[in-house]
Amino acid sequence: MSPLKELLLKRIAFGALTLIVISVLIFVGVELLPGDLAQAVLGQSATPETVAAFRKELKLDLPPHVRYFAWLSDFVQGDFGNSLANGRPIAGLIGWRFANTIFLAATAAAIAVPLSILLGILAALYRNSLFDRIISIVTLSMISFPEFFIAYILIAFLSVKLGLFPSMASINDRMSLWDKLYMIILPCATLTMVVTAHMMRQTRASIINILGTSFIEMARLKGLKRLRVVVLHAFPNALSPVINVVAINLAYLVVGVVIVEVVFVYPGLGQLLVDSVSKRDIPVVQAAGLIFATTYVILNLLADILAILSNPRLRSPK
Amino acid sequence: MGHLLKMTNVVIEGLSGTEWTPIVKGVDLHLNRGEVLGLIGESGAGKSTLGLASMAYTRQGCRIASGSIVFDGMELTTAPRHVLRNIRGVRIAYVAQSAAAAFNPAHTLLKQCVEAPVQHGLMSYQEAAEKTVETYKRLLLPDPEQIGYRYPHQVSGGQLQRAMVAMAMACQPDIIIFDEPTTALDVTTQIEVLTAIKEITRQFRTAAIYITHDLAVVAQLADRIMVLRYGELVEEGETRQMLAHPKEEYTRALLSVRKQQKPSSPAALKEKPLLEVEGVRASYTKGVEVLHDVQVRVKPRTTVAVVGESGSGKSTLARVITGLLPPTKGRIVFDGQELSADLKSRSRDVLRRLQMIYQMPDTALNPRQKLRTVLGRPLEFYFGMQGKEKTDRIVELLEMVELPPEYIDRYPTELSGGEKQRVCIARALAAEPDLIICDEVTSALDQLVAEGVLKLLQRLQDKLGISYLFITHDLATVKAIADEIVVMCQGRVVEQGIKEEILTPPHHEYTELLLSSVPEMDPDWLDNLLARRARRRARKPSDQGPRKPMRQPAPAAASFNR
Amino acid sequence: MAFWNLIRQSPWSARVGLAIIALNIFAAVFAPVIAPYGETEVVGDVWAPKSPEHLLGTDQIGRDLLTRLLYGARNTIALAFVTTALSFLLGSLCGFFAATLGGWVDMLLSRIMDIIMAFPTLIFALMVLSVVGTSIPAMIVVIALLDSTRVFRLSRAVAMDIEVMEFVEAARLRGEGIWWVMRHEILPNAMPPLVAEFGLRFCFVFLFVASLSFLGLGIQPPTADWGSMVRENAGAITFGIFIPLWPAGAIALLTVGVNLVVDWFLHIASGLKE
Repeated sequence: MSPLKELLLKRIAFGALTLIVISVLIFVGVELLPGDLAQAVLGQSATPETVAAFRKELKLDLPPHVRYFAWLSDFVQGDFGNSLANGRPIAGLIGWRFANTIFLAATAAAIAVPLSILLGILAALYRNSLFDRIISIVTLSMISFPEFFIAYILIAFLSVKLGLFPSMASINDRMSLWDKLYMIILPCATLTMVVTAHMMRQTRASIINILGTSFIEMARLKGLKRLRVVVLHAFPNALSPVINVVAINLAYLVVGVVIVEVVFVYPGLGQLLVDSVSKRDIPVVQAAGLIFATTYVILNLLADILAILSNPRLRSPK
Repeated sequence: MGHLLKMTNVVIEGLSGTEWTPIVKGVDLHLNRGEVLGLIGESGAGKSTLGLASMAYTRQGCRIASGSIVFDGMELTTAPRHVLRNIRGVRIAYVAQSAAAAFNPAHTLLKQCVEAPVQHGLMSYQEAAEKTVETYKRLLLPDPEQIGYRYPHQVSGGQLQRAMVAMAMACQPDIIIFDEPTTALDVTTQIEVLTAIKEITRQFRTAAIYITHDLAVVAQLADRIMVLRYGELVEEGETRQMLAHPKEEYTRALLSVRKQQKPSSPAALKEKPLLEVEGVRASYTKGVEVLHDVQVRVKPRTTVAVVGESGSGKSTLARVITGLLPPTKGRIVFDGQELSADLKSRSRDVLRRLQMIYQMPDTALNPRQKLRTVLGRPLEFYFGMQGKEKTDRIVELLEMVELPPEYIDRYPTELSGGEKQRVCIARALAAEPDLIICDEVTSALDQLVAEGVLKLLQRLQDKLGISYLFITHDLATVKAIADEIVVMCQGRVVEQGIKEEILTPPHHEYTELLLSSVPEMDPDWLDNLLARRARRRARKPSDQGPRKPMRQPAPAAASFNR
Repeated sequence: MAFWNLIRQSPWSARVGLAIIALNIFAAVFAPVIAPYGETEVVGDVWAPKSPEHLLGTDQIGRDLLTRLLYGARNTIALAFVTTALSFLLGSLCGFFAATLGGWVDMLLSRIMDIIMAFPTLIFALMVLSVVGTSIPAMIVVIALLDSTRVFRLSRAVAMDIEVMEFVEAARLRGEGIWWVMRHEILPNAMPPLVAEFGLRFCFVFLFVASLSFLGLGIQPPTADWGSMVRENAGAITFGIFIPLWPAGAIALLTVGVNLVVDWFLHIASGLKE
């Protein structure tokens, strides 16, 4: 087997293992709940009969490993069980909210990725210039700020003072795409700013790293044009680290969306997760958590695979 | 004046902190068409900086502060960028020290070799590719038609270095700057690259600036030599003239470095061995053996030099003896006692009697410990010394390695490379050892500093009667210090014996190859050697000659003791 | 003395950072002394504007905002600091052990840490808190555990880099034990990157604690805390009252300050190496 294939297979196997461990942990976490879940949920006043019926509904009367596999196979088939809070099927609660979350995250990514790569390359090319220093200070502040600080500043000025955009991103299915995009301008801007700062700093660092190598010096000493040096000599080698940076930040974006959703009361999965945690609606937390974790793990996995594939040394083995 | 390149009073400054400090302090340089100029000097002499300046190029954090650089009638210091671009790679080309780093890992060799002529619009891709293959043939690269389609990491170091010469030749430049192109290579590989450079500059009458720290190497190629030190010109002259009659003290010192010789002491060689390595086999990963049945003996108060190229297993041998890598087979006997294979089960006294000095003094000393701790710890650890007794002994040790006593409260970072290596020696001496293993202890040092360290080690041996196991790839060092020589090749001992016997013919085949590959301070050495090897190849057609270094291990029968 | 010399040569950004940190520490330590009112004392109207009695106005139930901010510094910073310290203790100890011992210990620890690291931190914390309930000790342990993986990774890498240095080998050849090697050869050289990392980890933990509190899952009322203060007063913003920006800004200010100092420190440390 070629080392490339071996590396890829190893990475994929590790991703799968991580997912399994996460699912087990999520499952066991509920098992470890102090006291009986049914008792805890129904409260002290519940009669033994209702508790028993409830236990049956949650399948708590079966041995743990049986329940784990039943839970997992249901989950894979899209049956997430019922919410404790209102008894409705979780799948119905989650589906459209997840779509909303992806909509918000994808819009932010579509702006943030090209912007940060462009800024990163420019800052690296003109490093130590005024432009670079300003960008550096702005991004350093940006990564130091909590997301809600940026969010509230945007609301305070753009929404409350100037009245340009809505401060609540309440979207629904009847809206047209443009209306939806208008509604999410502020949450999207918040996410974009945070992620761009991270991505841009890392892109800058990896490009500067490549520009310092002796093969770039060699390319310059061959009298090549600056653009050719950057595009043909630096870029293919920077590709691997930059892809990695992008994918890791996308994974971060999917998770970072939680707080932004709460601030802007956006009907997404993150909002639901936070609500369910405070209500201790465990099955919903389980389902939402597992979906978030899976997205995160898969994006990270994708990052590594792309980074491996774009590494010239690994692509053509000895 | 028809100089091809003329630099006048060039000053180049480097940024250290917030201040510009001069690296090259007003040097004049001229180069005629078809002439090879050697630029020689130790580290920090500014020779690379000066070489690059001939294309009006400076590295990050450097600038050409003043002076003029005229190439073929054009002033380069004030030339606009597009003019410089049309000179770089086209009329002046550059060959870097490490080809592995200077080739872009993302593109094939051929693509990079044809880039300059195609991009400057001199040739079509097809023409350039054909010409490059032609050059590969001239440089005797294996499989010249196909090798260009490989990626840099798929080609060996020596081949890559030759491919870079081909890349530099692509536009048939007027000048090539060679920046230490053979320094990172083994001696036998160095010959291949030197030959390639010599052939190609001769055939095309290309002028060259050859930068190196090794006078013997530059003597083979250069018509004229400039000696630099601390960014200033020390001496300049025609090669044969300079080698025969150096004018300056510094040049004389550089020339005499390789002449140090020490006769073996036959009396000591008759004694019972202090260290015996018997039938040792070792491997890092299971199944891949790096030492095959190695025998080495070290007599008391003598120096045994272990020589071999990279990958010969000489450093592994040191790791086995010190117990860092337990052998899979064989035994190590020290002063009549068999040593346990593993470091952890050796007694403190055995550890004390067997000390080690490393190649890189920078990494061998803890940068956060003052010399008081560096030297004091072994005294505490082995002899339980404390207080004044310890301090007195530390000062004494510093004196033994010729360092002033006030160094006791300095950190290693405040010392020069040579001084650090002396501290390492003092640390070994603190344990009052019987045997010191010296692993390439002079390779990282400048030649004059290295010479001083070798002399110190010799004086210490004479005074204290310590034995050395001296691991090196440099035969000049061997001549300077060894009583006995062990020649290693691909994990086997090829030959072991008294220095004079090993160094006088007839040699074992590999020893011959190794010995004959070491450049001598004789401008005709390379030509003579190549002629000799060609004659021998003609006599013995089966022998593939020195172009292809031995890939198959030497036969086991060849390992014998005299 | 050496410290003052360093400060004299420091760039303005580092001085600003140090001043911010000093101010925060001062507020945290002396909150009960300098605060005009009690931590949970209701002393005015809801969202009263700035006045001589209430320099920054009052919060959603009429407590003095300045007082709340000062006590908030005390609670939030202390909590973040304890969590970071715990995460460092755990992470660096495991990291050094993995690096020095190698072999299966290293393999096992590294794999476990890799898996924990593959979790999205916030989601994991939310799930644990939903199960065990929101309590401060639970939060400290969860965050410290999650965060210790990053510390583990760094300290292991740093220790590995030092481990291969020949001075460590020299100590081993002398016959020194593992503790001596760790304490005298590895630790002093690992300090600069670890100190810088402490700053960065503190920022991360601090933001994380603030975020959890903001989500209502961290420090619970009536204890003053910057994150929950933002949440509790969030509604004010739609009325054009910018009260939540005060605690949010305080969080931002401290993280910027720490980041500035860390940047400066990294700059000096890289200079030391050369």
